[in-house]
Amino acid sequence: MIGSRSAGVLGALLLGALLCVALAGDRLAGQRFDAQDAAHALEPPSRAHWLGTDALGRDQLARIAEGARVSLLVAVGATALALAIGLCYGGIAGWLGGRVDGAMMRVVDVVYALPDVLVIVLLIEVLQVTLAGVPDIARRVAALVAALGFVGWVGVARLVRALVLQAREETWVESARALGLRNRRILVRHVLPNIAGPVLVAAAFQIPAAILAESTLSFIGLGIQPPFSSWGTLASDGFEAMRSYPHLILFPCLAILLALLGFHLLGEALRARLDPRRRA
Amino acid sequence: MIRWLAGRVLVFVPVLWVVATLTFALLRFLPGGPFDREKTLPPEILRNLERRYALDGTLAEQYADYLGRLARFDLGPSYKYVGRDVSDILADALPVSVQLGLLALAIALGGGVALGLAAGARRGSGIDRGVGLATLVGVSAPSFVIGAGLILGVALGLDWLPAGLWESPAFAVLPALTLAALPLAYIAQLTRAQVAAVMDQDYVRTARAKGVPEGRVRRHHVLRNALLAVLTYFGPLLAMLLTGSFVVEKIYAIPGMGRFFVTAVTNRDYPLVLGVTLVYAALVLVANLLVDLLYAWLDPRIRVAPDRR
Repeated sequence: MIGSRSAGVLGALLLGALLCVALAGDRLAGQRFDAQDAAHALEPPSRAHWLGTDALGRDQLARIAEGARVSLLVAVGATALALAIGLCYGGIAGWLGGRVDGAMMRVVDVVYALPDVLVIVLLIEVLQVTLAGVPDIARRVAALVAALGFVGWVGVARLVRALVLQAREETWVESARALGLRNRRILVRHVLPNIAGPVLVAAAFQIPAAILAESTLSFIGLGIQPPFSSWGTLASDGFEAMRSYPHLILFPCLAILLALLGFHLLGEALRARLDPRRRA
Repeated sequence: MIRWLAGRVLVFVPVLWVVATLTFALLRFLPGGPFDREKTLPPEILRNLERRYALDGTLAEQYADYLGRLARFDLGPSYKYVGRDVSDILADALPVSVQLGLLALAIALGGGVALGLAAGARRGSGIDRGVGLATLVGVSAPSFVIGAGLILGVALGLDWLPAGLWESPAFAVLPALTLAALPLAYIAQLTRAQVAAVMDQDYVRTARAKGVPEGRVRRHHVLRNALLAVLTYFGPLLAMLLTGSFVVEKIYAIPGMGRFFVTAVTNRDYPLVLGVTLVYAALVLVANLLVDLLYAWLDPRIRVAPDRR
């Protein structure tokens, strides 16, 4: 379609702009994301409110910026968690091989077979109650990170296991062994850097997947709750009023779309550079 | 062949048992019970309710009771929808979700393969670029974004199709398109990559060299081989379309199964959650079996049943 280099630049630009909005949104909007102003409710975009206001007179731009912070935090957290579990689990399974590997992979199969939605809903319910003492927003973010991380680690573990299984037979591992290096050192200093490329590519695609999942969950009312917002809750609010106030659905959807597009473009560019298997 | 099939179907039983057991354990691990209300119920009433739904025994007794009923294909009564059995609820909702899922599957496969073939056969052309851009947007857009666009544009703007509910075939068009958008884009990307790779193969050049018409080359040599990769995605795709429709069902107010997944868990409606999960697991198993059969049909090198000696 387009060269991988320009795709990467385009993706980075999109995400950079997004990050700026996320960090400076309140200042750009001139009011906090939860500041209400009943006199100016449900206004279409204007000079005072660039993206209009919602039913409580809250500035839409400030709310989208708040949504960006929450969505990105959840996505990056969930990806980091999935990566950490997947790397350890897959690394151990692939390195030890044989029966241990077989048993560990059966566990992965079972987790894979359970419907994602069910696991996520159950985990969120459990965590909501276990973390009862924690402030609402932190609790909800933590529950989402844990749930999405738990669904995501399985794929990472499969990939890492396959890569380690392959690397284990390489001559440079054999020579590291012959030099008397301990297992842990070989794994961390030699195997890890060699499999880092494909793992990084997988992580780059895990982030948009997590954003998608988070916004979907918040859209159906399982994720973030008011007064805080994520892109999913904003889109959900917008849906209710879409016939009369299309600006409330348009801008949150646009924000999600651009963010996901940016991550996908960046992921494709990374893949072209880092993943030797996919290089055409 | 018959024996192989019977064996495969027989394996479903232990797998479904594991799924039922895991879901049962997970549900009971959840805090709170099905009869928690804002106002606490008087203890006598709670006891009666628990006796009525066989929740008064130990967990082991309840589990044994549940498995015993399951063996007789009895999914039990719903706690929330009083007076209705889980099987009744599923009998109403499942056909809707399956119709929607299959329609979306047809759209995703037909559209995705056609676009992928058109793009992959003319690499670097305008069509290829256009398809590449469209599919990139397609794999990026959440279903509620597509749904919002379709409802705003086609249903409210042009007033061509209804924006919600489930009454006649016309009501299925927008939901099916919304559900199909992401897999369609993904299949198109997959097919394009495969077609582009297969076009360079020696057997394609040989077919052309011996004078096979281009259309026949594409259909018999290129497409058939490219489809094998698409097929690997078929199992997860079918599962996704049948289980992942809860957002689409919510957007278009469709009385399918998706909504029960979420509401039944929050209501602690144990039998309904278990029933829905088991049906979904069975659907996934059947989908995977179908994929294996399709594989054997498309690729003569794969034989499902072992040769008889």
